[in-house]
Amino acid sequence: MSKLTIEELFQALVESAGEAETGVTPSDSLDVPFADIGYDSLALMETAARITQRTGVTVDDQQLIEAETPRQLLDLLNTAMSGQP
Amino acid sequence: MSESAQVVGMGVAAPSGLSVEDHWAAVLAGRTSIGPVTGFDASGYPVRLAGQIRDFDAEAHLPKRLLPQSDRVTRLALVTAATALAGADVADGDLDSFDQGVVFANAQGGSAFTHREFRKLWTKGPAEVSVYESFAWFYAVNTGQVSIRHGMRGPCGALVAEQAGGLDAISLARRRIREGARLMVTGGFDSAFDPWGFLAQSAHGRLSRAADPRRAYRPFDRAVNGYVPGEGGAVLVLEAGSSARRRDAPSHGEIAGHAATFDPRPGSGRPSTLRRAIELAMADAGVSTVDVVFADSAGVPELDRIEAAAIEDVFGRRGVPVTAPKAGFGRLGAGGGPVDVLTALLSIRDSVIPPTPHTTDVPDDYGLDLVLDAPRHQRVETALVLARGYGGFNSALVVRGNAKEGQDG
Repeated sequence: MSKLTIEELFQALVESAGEAETGVTPSDSLDVPFADIGYDSLALMETAARITQRTGVTVDDQQLIEAETPRQLLDLLNTAMSGQP
Repeated sequence: MSESAQVVGMGVAAPSGLSVEDHWAAVLAGRTSIGPVTGFDASGYPVRLAGQIRDFDAEAHLPKRLLPQSDRVTRLALVTAATALAGADVADGDLDSFDQGVVFANAQGGSAFTHREFRKLWTKGPAEVSVYESFAWFYAVNTGQVSIRHGMRGPCGALVAEQAGGLDAISLARRRIREGARLMVTGGFDSAFDPWGFLAQSAHGRLSRAADPRRAYRPFDRAVNGYVPGEGGAVLVLEAGSSARRRDAPSHGEIAGHAATFDPRPGSGRPSTLRRAIELAMADAGVSTVDVVFADSAGVPELDRIEAAAIEDVFGRRGVPVTAPKAGFGRLGAGGGPVDVLTALLSIRDSVIPPTPHTTDVPDDYGLDLVLDAPRHQRVETALVLARGYGGFNSALVVRGNAKEGQDG
């Protein structure tokens, strides 16, 4: 399975939790805390649930809400994906 | 002397209008804002008509982050609160966030949102259900979202008492001001025009089954045949009198008195306690009469009779002008009382009592001086607003114009 990109993650965030309207673009957001981008833990949970629906990949809720930046969340999701059969 | 609760900002979202002046113009004209139920197929329901808000564009007024997490009722509350606060002209930083709070009433929760998510649960499974269902359904969500959006970290609350809850909320906000809060955002909203929400509203059998919007809801009329349900509500921004004076904030009037009572259980043979609520509210306001009564107007014969008798008992036969503008747009649940309070404040401002649309033939033995088909121009300094909630809730609230501010404490 191909890796999830930052652009795809942003698209999932916007579709699931709404556009944050904070002006942070995907390309310069990798290490920006989600709180500064405009997303809270519920937004991450909703987004992860939609990604799970699309890809079948599941991540632990606790690990999910501990992801503070898009880079950390992408690592989490892509590690889970690579473990998929 | 305790702080007065001055109304320094107002906003409304009702079938009659999405701004204070549009609402007021519709109410003065006795316009009918009742029509066939839209938004879903209601052809299988026994009830045909509702007072629904047309042209509400939440996307145009709210941050995109709030849309996936909010039901229509919460969007109405958020947009209306922002308007009311803008009118109150409270700039960020004027007041400490812990001195500001929110109290809203709501009786039907985030109905459409919830039932959409439940449909997903039953048809697609639990993983499909939005995490936002965790709070979007909840009666307190309007309070929470408004407090978060406007950074109000003082006393907050949510009340559920069907139509009576909206007045109770305003009263609780007033009490919080007396206890030291400087600014309180208050009012109430309901909206439940989805397949389940509408069924739940229909179940108690008090809704009109008429098909003609002009004959469906005629409170106090001899031919009354139920009421028309509606959606929406109003926001009042209350400020402590001392705080409003300090920043020279103009006031629309004062929340002067309130009381709530509960009826005896059905079949007990004991009378309704509505009269007692009126007397206690007037005593709380320190007034012996008022210039107008905005009636609860249940639209059910025995309930209309009880209300007419309570008004006659307190004020005498045809002793006070009574009106029911809601006959034009329906009963709004938790939003009904706050809309009436807002309308009463406009009555005071413009010295005119709006009419009761559709009602024409009031039984003489009601002893009511109901303002019927045209506005009545007269001085209005105090108004009594009544609301009853299904299940026995009675609430009475007195508002007073600024002309008498300070005179009664």
